[in-house]
Amino acid sequence: MSRRASISDAASLYWYTLNKNRLSLAGIVIIVVVFMAALLASVISPYPSDAGYMTHFANALQSPSSTHLFGTDEAGRDVFTRVIFGARTALEAGLIIIAIAIGIGVSLGLVAGYLGGLVDTIIMRITDVFLSIPGLALALLAAAILTPSLLSSSLAISFVWWPWYVRLVRGEVLFLREEQFVQAAEVSGAGKFWIITREVFPNVLPAVVVKGSLDMGYAILWTVALSYLGLGSQPPVADWGAMLAEGHLLLPNDWWLSTFPGLAIFVTVLGFNLLGDGLRDLLDVRKM
Amino acid sequence: MPMEEGLKRYLVQRVLSIIPTFFGVVILIFVISRILPGNIAIEVLGPHATAAQIQQFNSRFGLDQPLYVQMLNFFVNLFQGNLGISYQTNSSVIGDLETRFPATLELTTAAMIIATVLGVLIGTVSATSKRKFVDPASRLFSLYGVSLPEWWTGLLLQLGLAFGLGLFPPTGRFDYQSLSPPFHITGLYVVDSILTLNWPAFTDSLWHLALPAFVLSLGAMAQIARMTRSSLIEQLSKDYVTFQKENGLPDRIIVYKYMLKSGFSSVLTIIGLTYAFLLGGDFLVESVFAWPGMGLYAVQALVFKDYNAIVGVVIVIGLSFIIVNFAVDLLYAYLDPRVRLRRG
Repeated sequence: MSRRASISDAASLYWYTLNKNRLSLAGIVIIVVVFMAALLASVISPYPSDAGYMTHFANALQSPSSTHLFGTDEAGRDVFTRVIFGARTALEAGLIIIAIAIGIGVSLGLVAGYLGGLVDTIIMRITDVFLSIPGLALALLAAAILTPSLLSSSLAISFVWWPWYVRLVRGEVLFLREEQFVQAAEVSGAGKFWIITREVFPNVLPAVVVKGSLDMGYAILWTVALSYLGLGSQPPVADWGAMLAEGHLLLPNDWWLSTFPGLAIFVTVLGFNLLGDGLRDLLDVRKM
Repeated sequence: MPMEEGLKRYLVQRVLSIIPTFFGVVILIFVISRILPGNIAIEVLGPHATAAQIQQFNSRFGLDQPLYVQMLNFFVNLFQGNLGISYQTNSSVIGDLETRFPATLELTTAAMIIATVLGVLIGTVSATSKRKFVDPASRLFSLYGVSLPEWWTGLLLQLGLAFGLGLFPPTGRFDYQSLSPPFHITGLYVVDSILTLNWPAFTDSLWHLALPAFVLSLGAMAQIARMTRSSLIEQLSKDYVTFQKENGLPDRIIVYKYMLKSGFSSVLTIIGLTYAFLLGGDFLVESVFAWPGMGLYAVQALVFKDYNAIVGVVIVIGLSFIIVNFAVDLLYAYLDPRVRLRRG
């Protein structure tokens, strides 16, 4: 079988699996749109300068209209523009959180699972302590100690997020350790580092990718929650959570301020959930 | 029924395993609150504080001691039921929490009951209904449930049902202006008003509780529904179900009497886990509905950098989570003999 044929076979299998599951396809479309919105925010948004300190108090709190699709906020800024720029903030936070959580969690999980013994016990005890307290409460505490900013809240959240990856990866490694290809590498004298990085790591990757894409959504949920409480990005940054906090104070009159940023959060998180479910089918990862 | 040997041994093991978890959690919380960068005195006193003021603040709250002494003091105080003094209100944190804990307990318990009842119901109907649209609909609900920030749903329901239609009060726990709260027995208004047969207080507190409790329950409800569904679908293919079906036992009895019982243990684990989400979501839901519990207290403390108050709330939340998980494990062991008979 030629290599090219096997690649195109794999591609058509992927396409088949995806096509069978329309919802995952919808997830991909949503995520692409959100990423494009974030990248091209200054091009596609109608009033790019409203993403910052700009104020037009004469236009404050206008309800949605053809000039301002989602209305305007207290400072007269276009809410539609700020929702688009908010995608930037949300994705930035999500990517930081997941990257750090995966970096720490996967390394510790690989080490704990493969080496076993005392190292495993120590790592898992620490992990268990982190998991025996509600994560959001712990993240809130950590964020409260730091000076409020998007980076602070992202760090605080990633600080409580990595243990989940340790658990996942360790479980996978315990399973892989018994596989023949790993044992073959062992008897042919490969070093521990080689085996962990070259034999085990590539095989835990699918599970990590699936969890990572599902977690992007949840990480964004937590980020906006901390922003809503004032622990995340600070004015004038366009941030969905901060916008909701501002909108909440203006209920029941100015409903659009508390509606549209929330809708953006929902659509984004839904997209990552659908994408994650689709990837799970695609990469044939066991249910987590 | 006398307690079985296995169950007793499991109980002892489980109680002993709480101790290291408890110490671990408290140390973790302490370390976060003291080691992360940031100078508490400057945060609280402001950037213009003089060196003397900072020193006075530090010695008043014991922040000038070496870290291990601070940690020791922290533990000693904790065992004496002392969580320190709130930098902001100057009253003891534990006293503040005593008045707020019942409100949070009432809210989270109500939310958990709603989530469990509706979640199991939705999951069961979804797994067993023969109508074609039911299963996709309930799966969509689960998907929405985990993708929506529940506190945003809270904002919308507050806007629509409370402000718009006036069906529920938008904020608060009780109408203190026209009614007096029920006689204090448990601190849970709904329970106290039943115990004292105070019907006006009962309806009013239930009326205030309904919306925030429902909102807080949504995430947990979706997860419980999802778990119930998948565990029932797994049961459907078991031999005993086929056997009962062939013997002509009505579906209703098979599902509710047998399948739910054997599938419930996996649902139970999820209930324990979702309690963590509930306790976390509590901060936001309480602040959306101005529910006077621990979550709102912590959120208000955030503004003033009142660390003792925040640490106190996180400790209480951590402890309640440990206790709930302990209870879930016990129930689990009771329902599933394999757990308690496993050695080690």
